[in-house]
Amino acid sequence: MSLLAEEIRKDFPILGRTVRNGNPLVYLDSGATSQKPRRVLDAERAFYEKHNAAVHRGAHLLAEEATDAFEAARATIGAFVGAPAGEIVFTKNATEAINLVAYSLSNAATFGPEAARFAVGPGDEIVVTEMEHHANLVPWQELCRRTGATLRWFGLTDDGRLDLSNLDELVGPRTKLVALTQQSNVLGTVNPVPLIAERAHAFGAFVLVDGAQSVPHLPVDVTALGADFLVFSGHKMLGPLGIGVLWGRRELLESMPPFITGGSMIEVVQLEQSTYAAPPQRFEAGVPVTAQAVGLAAACDYLTDLGMDRVAEHEHELAVYALETVGSIPGVRIIGPTDTAARGATVSFVVDGIHPHDVGQVLDDEGVAVRVGHHCAWPLCRRYGIPATTRASFYVYNTLSEIDALAEGVRRAQKFFGTV
Amino acid sequence: MYQEIILDHYRNPQHRGLREPFGAEVHHVNPTCGDEITLRVALEGAGDDAVVKDVSYENQGCSISQASASVMSELIIGRSVKDAMRVGEEFLALMQSRGELEPDEDILEDAVAFAGVSRYPARVKCALLGWMAWKDATAQTLEKAS
Repeated sequence: MSLLAEEIRKDFPILGRTVRNGNPLVYLDSGATSQKPRRVLDAERAFYEKHNAAVHRGAHLLAEEATDAFEAARATIGAFVGAPAGEIVFTKNATEAINLVAYSLSNAATFGPEAARFAVGPGDEIVVTEMEHHANLVPWQELCRRTGATLRWFGLTDDGRLDLSNLDELVGPRTKLVALTQQSNVLGTVNPVPLIAERAHAFGAFVLVDGAQSVPHLPVDVTALGADFLVFSGHKMLGPLGIGVLWGRRELLESMPPFITGGSMIEVVQLEQSTYAAPPQRFEAGVPVTAQAVGLAAACDYLTDLGMDRVAEHEHELAVYALETVGSIPGVRIIGPTDTAARGATVSFVVDGIHPHDVGQVLDDEGVAVRVGHHCAWPLCRRYGIPATTRASFYVYNTLSEIDALAEGVRRAQKFFGTV
Repeated sequence: MYQEIILDHYRNPQHRGLREPFGAEVHHVNPTCGDEITLRVALEGAGDDAVVKDVSYENQGCSISQASASVMSELIIGRSVKDAMRVGEEFLALMQSRGELEPDEDILEDAVAFAGVSRYPARVKCALLGWMAWKDATAQTLEKAS
């Protein structure tokens, strides 16, 4: 059981440290950010020590090596999700990648005939879901505010799934774009993206998938997904902070207006006006995040070597055990699906009579690191009538005994606050 | 961190519930965690010498934010605004001390129990939520009166 974690924990130096009261670290907050294996840290360090230079400029050897490393990283990261390198745009994080698309859409109205198909205005509809992270909600609210388009959303069922009963009414001829998460950062729910994408495409709408919580945990292939855009963050998938990815279908990226403008993204610049480079460079103004790209490619290689099927299987085992072990404690209610089909290893729960902050504090005293709060998904919390949850989110390095420590900590909190 | 005084106030919050009359009502939230408080202040008199006649509130949140609002209402009801502000300043200094400040029990009374909270930066905002709401509501009440 949990062989994968036993095998690889030694690769993660931070997992060897102790935290409060001398307790060993039980890190159950990978949904917020993952820990990094030595191989990723070494790759970044080696880049800085041997090849550091600004890419795509300069005629010296280091510039050439840095550019090669950067573009090779792009190819590796693309291959990780089944995409050609030319469809991979580097951003700061998944949030920026979503904003890139949202701003590109609102820039389209004034960008000439080639971009007209992206223009958004009154009468158009943007469809999201009630389970979105604020990162995949607020940019669309703002796009609607800027353009006069209307925001609509899928509701949720009581058991933590998307309510698809009004799919046909919600996604139709007025739909311009559907933006949804592949895996909820609170509920763990894995959404049927291909089904929704098919309906959206039947009406010529674009589909953007937030993969921040799925790409690290499941085998994801952009062709099978059926979307037009996929975004994800490096730091949640064993990679460095500061780098995110936008994948977009090539023919779309080629006619989309830029978002952030400046150096590197241009073709010809004159004082009055400029023309822009082909994608992906068109969307990468300024000196790009190079060492981070190299580090993220190392993370992709690491995960590929483990095998994403095996990663998903391991996490499934953790989810099953956590739902059973924590979910069976009297006074604990799981927020999200309790059946384990189409569900990841993110387990949110509330404990009767104890605020999640207080649960988190007691767990922290035991060395168990979880996330508490609304998890940047305030509308979701409102839907379930709760101010916040305690969330344990698991990854490749977590073990079943860490789930036992979590359950023990929850029981201790109940005893401390006298609720049992 | 969880002193018995904190747990007592959490289980039996003082002065809770929204009451009339009041000079101003404010709603404050902690956007990082979703804790909320709606708080009303009733003053008698004008300016700094006005007396805090009542502080009433409804809140939801962790034990720290709920207990802090309760301790605060006990501490400042019946004081002059000037006095109450001084207590508030002292409490703020304690919360920002990262455990380095010896709390003055003569001024802070039960609120000294929160000294341990200052060692947990993530929880300081919880302890301050009620105080910030009170300051805001008091300023608004005084402004209306002037």
